Amino acid sequence: MSYHRSKAPNRRPRGAKQHSVVALAVAAGLCLGLVSHAALAASLTLYSAQHEQTVDLLTKAFTKETGIDVKVHSGEGPELASQLAKEGASSPADVFFTENSPELQLLSEKGLLAKVAPATLAAVPAQDSSAAGDWVGVLAREDVLAFNTGAVQEAALPASLLDLAKPEWKGKVAIAPTDADFLPLVGAVAALSGRPAALEWLKGLRDNAMIFDDDEGVVAAVDRGASATGIINNYYWARLRMEKGADKTQSAIHHFSGGDVGGLMNVSGAAVLKGSHNQAAAQKFLAFLVSKPAQEMLSKLDITFEYPLVAGVAANPVLKPIGELQPPSLTLKQIGDDSDAAKLLREAGLI
Amino acid sequence: MSEAAGIGIAPRVWEPGPQARGDRTARPPAFLIGAALFAAALVLLPILFTIVQAASVSMGDAVELLVRPLVGRLLVNTIGLVAAASITCAVIGTAAAWLVERTDLPGRKVWAVLAAAPLAIPPFISSYAWVSLSNGLQDFGGALLVVTSAYYPLVYLPVAAALRGLDPALEETARSLGQGPWRCFVRVVMPQLRLALLGGMLLVALDTLIEFGAFALLRFHTFTTELYAQYRTGLDGPESSLLAVVLIVLCLVCLFAELKVRGHARYARVGSGARRVARLSRLGRARWPTFLAFVALIGATLGVPLGMVGYWLLQHAQAATAPSAPSLPLLFNATIASIGYGLAGATAALMLAAPLGYLTTRYPSRWVVLLERIAYLAQGVPGIVVALAFISLTVQTMRPLYQSAALLVIAYAILFLPFALVSVRAALAQVPRGLEEAARSLGLGPIEVAGRVLAPLTGPGIGAGATLVFVFVATELTATLLLAPIGTRTLATEVWANTSSLAFAAAAPYAALMLLISLLSTWLLAHRFGAAAFPGQG
Repeated sequence: MSYHRSKAPNRRPRGAKQHSVVALAVAAGLCLGLVSHAALAASLTLYSAQHEQTVDLLTKAFTKETGIDVKVHSGEGPELASQLAKEGASSPADVFFTENSPELQLLSEKGLLAKVAPATLAAVPAQDSSAAGDWVGVLAREDVLAFNTGAVQEAALPASLLDLAKPEWKGKVAIAPTDADFLPLVGAVAALSGRPAALEWLKGLRDNAMIFDDDEGVVAAVDRGASATGIINNYYWARLRMEKGADKTQSAIHHFSGGDVGGLMNVSGAAVLKGSHNQAAAQKFLAFLVSKPAQEMLSKLDITFEYPLVAGVAANPVLKPIGELQPPSLTLKQIGDDSDAAKLLREAGLI
Repeated sequence: MSEAAGIGIAPRVWEPGPQARGDRTARPPAFLIGAALFAAALVLLPILFTIVQAASVSMGDAVELLVRPLVGRLLVNTIGLVAAASITCAVIGTAAAWLVERTDLPGRKVWAVLAAAPLAIPPFISSYAWVSLSNGLQDFGGALLVVTSAYYPLVYLPVAAALRGLDPALEETARSLGQGPWRCFVRVVMPQLRLALLGGMLLVALDTLIEFGAFALLRFHTFTTELYAQYRTGLDGPESSLLAVVLIVLCLVCLFAELKVRGHARYARVGSGARRVARLSRLGRARWPTFLAFVALIGATLGVPLGMVGYWLLQHAQAATAPSAPSLPLLFNATIASIGYGLAGATAALMLAAPLGYLTTRYPSRWVVLLERIAYLAQGVPGIVVALAFISLTVQTMRPLYQSAALLVIAYAILFLPFALVSVRAALAQVPRGLEEAARSLGLGPIEVAGRVLAPLTGPGIGAGATLVFVFVATELTATLLLAPIGTRTLATEVWANTSSLAFAAAAPYAALMLLISLLSTWLLAHRFGAAAFPGQG
């Protein structure tokens, strides 16, 4: 007992101090809450599956230009599309900006997207935006085959992406089936060769390939020689080389040509949600994305490594000139909305 | 330390203590029962929701979905790793404990602290360190290395405690009967360590099952990473819930086994005897090689994480690969968010735990024990399952909570309720009930009794629990990643965002701040609260 009594006087003042700390924290919290509430007056909520560093640059420039604050919710494209579909009309999102067209296609089919202002649509080639006029293309990039220069010669690489499912490539290819960039490729194979052929191709890949979570994992595995080749989007390799330095990079990229499905171009696009209460500001953001200054900023910095879609803006010089690429001739609609691609992956046992 | 590091979490004794036994007829106040029921219901909610979702898949489809190569691969990966990690942790943990407690190893006192310290390093930070050291570690071997270095203290701590508690007379008797030192260890010491060892191994298994961040960064596929992958692909329907149910079942098997082992954790020993400190074995010529082995162990478990974070702090962050290149305001905001959620999570967990703890120590009955056991189930539910269930639940039926800070705090409170409950229960059990009765008889109301009698006496124990939950929440990754309100970035999510895209230099300042918070809190736990910090360790 005496122990407790002797301790008690010590404890009181400490308790009092804790109270004041808690009170201070609560007060600070309230202030923060008020400040953020005040800022809400001019703010947009952006659901973004584009790379965070790209979006960070864009939103900062947009806020500087317009005074409109942008709150960003980042995620993987299909995840955000599925989230938007579930949230429906009462979603907090004003704008959806994503890396691949199928996610926008899905929301367009569900009738969740508002029409894009005609002037914004006119800024990019018509075939790179929604045929229904409810989303606009912003940037494009190319599927490529990364290969380890020590493990395989470029001349020995297959003529078609589909050949990677053949037994001779067993253990020599890496893929990231759960990366959002893989799904459009599956959609494209199904559109060009038919669903059964796509399923066979995926089953072949399942037997042949090392599986990674994302393209970053694939390109890193290829570069260190864990896999001879890997299916990625071009800019992951450009980024890896940026991070490691050109002299330490042990890999290169191979462009599929002659209209092979492997050279698919993916369009990154943006849309305004129909349920948004900030339609005018949201349209302003879309217009900003396809404005010349914004596209030039992205092309000049060694950050994005995507092809600008606005005419007259030169792409980053490390990219192969867009005129020299020979992608397959497919419309964005033919590539689909990912839902069948995801089913195919599941049927093939890849996810 | 998200799902990591359960140090002796459930109490050893389920039966009511002797001082409480006389009160079985008393009826607890209704609001206490209500609050305890609410806590138990919250724990059950995500589990039941996941099961109900999974049950909507027809039997035929379920069989087709479960009996396929993907699930087989996940089972092989997950169970293989769980088994391998339990064994490596058992060997390293037991060897380290024996060397520190029973031999003339140089620097024993220092090693005793350093061997437990890896628990203060969140596994996904170790994972980040190893991956950034060599990306050749992205396979089974790498996963085993990271898990072992993060979790071997879970075996080390209980085995060291058991070794300290052994009566050396038994070993001396064996030696005098002609057994060599090795045979004496295997035939006399090991059987007595069995329960501590097994309990520790099961905790390793459980934490390996529910770990997410470390494996995601290593790109090693287990059930948790697959659930996340499916969510990212937009396939978070009933089919994913089926996979989640398989994971829950695996976790609960480990949890129940651990509780069973703990329930039997009694050593046959009649009378107190005259126990002495055991004589230290001489390592002889092996002394310095063993010393070097310890240096290597600490180098791998503490040196690599701290060293790699330090190394990357000095490197230039490439804007090309860094999703959120660190700047002072970003660092400040992320730190404030982590600390704020830590405080809120600790408060919420203690608020859930308090009525349960009070009921179990003051009004024990079969129903109360049931409620308490339900609360301990939370230790076997992976953060990713809770988060996914809450997303579906709130988007469908509880929209005001959807994407709210409150929902994230509730998730934290559920995930770390067992830790808070152990502390509250242990603290309350040490307050003689007579003190409260005396205070009441002298005219104090129930609130005054709580404030003037219970609070001062239980303060250190509850403070230890609060600190423990604070550090778990402040370094939590999985639930934070999935449930954080729009625009909220914590230290853990920033480390994740940068490391996922291999931007190691950009991740370093966030990782360093996380380590700082974690190590400071652990230091506070050990020095300020002392023995009250580890109630389960006895």
